[in-house]
Amino acid sequence: MFKYLKNQPFRIKFLVFVIVLYLIAMVLDFDYTLEAFVNTFVLFVKIIPILIFVFVLNFLVNQYLKIETIKKHIGEKNKFLQYFYAALFGIFISGAPYLLYPMLGDLKRKGVRDDFIAVMLFNRNVKIPFIPVMIYYFGLAYTVIISILIIAFSVLNGLLVSILVVEKNRN
Amino acid sequence: MKQAIRKTANNYKQALPIMLSMLLLVNLLNPMLEMYYPKVFSGNFVIDPLIGAILGSISFGMPIISYIIGGELLRIGISLLAVTAFILTWTTVGVAMLPLEAKFLGKRFAIVRNLLNFVFSILIAILTVFLLSYV
Repeated sequence: MFKYLKNQPFRIKFLVFVIVLYLIAMVLDFDYTLEAFVNTFVLFVKIIPILIFVFVLNFLVNQYLKIETIKKHIGEKNKFLQYFYAALFGIFISGAPYLLYPMLGDLKRKGVRDDFIAVMLFNRNVKIPFIPVMIYYFGLAYTVIISILIIAFSVLNGLLVSILVVEKNRN
Repeated sequence: MKQAIRKTANNYKQALPIMLSMLLLVNLLNPMLEMYYPKVFSGNFVIDPLIGAILGSISFGMPIISYIIGGELLRIGISLLAVTAFILTWTTVGVAMLPLEAKFLGKRFAIVRNLLNFVFSILIAILTVFLLSYV
């Protein structure tokens, strides 16, 4: 059992850890734990339609938006346009960080600058397929304000990275 | 088309166990901790987002998980300041992923980027809540 778990990814180990925690809690206070479990179940059932909706949106983005289209603009000379495309790249790219970093490392070796990557990574917070979920939980005004702020701060992020990282690399 | 479905399904396969675990954990711990929330999350414009940002930095996963957990935290009484900083650092600051980021993108880049994102997440949380009060 332990040997099997050892080879599992973190997400599975974490789920098993929480299940074990529930089993321990159940021994200590059965009613309390059962209520926690039922609350989670009710919440999960409630979000299933949202998850299905997001799945469809996510699929549409993966199907119709090709990352290569944005990659073509990486060599843009105008810094504002570079950041614009970096932000777009960050908004539309999907995948776990451990899948993204090797790809970004490859782009860096091909000449993509640190500030471009920093702008891109900050914009991972603005995900078009997930926007309906954010509106559902936090409201439209919140979603619009936070999305604009993230994009604006990503530019500042890129500029600061270009000073703090790129300059040091030159020395 | 198959590739797009497979990619989307794979994203979900990665996200669902973490999402389920976090929701189970929140619902298990919440009744025990909720009496402390008003003391810890008092609406302070520095402390609240700072705590939220720290919690988000040590967690990771698809942004949608942080929205669902954030929505749940908001419902049980955590301040919007803390929740906003939490969902922002969830995606942009990755303490657990730092060694991996440093390996592929450089140690200095990884440290500077994560520190900047941590500070910016707090600033964005404060600005969001501030601007929202005028809407």
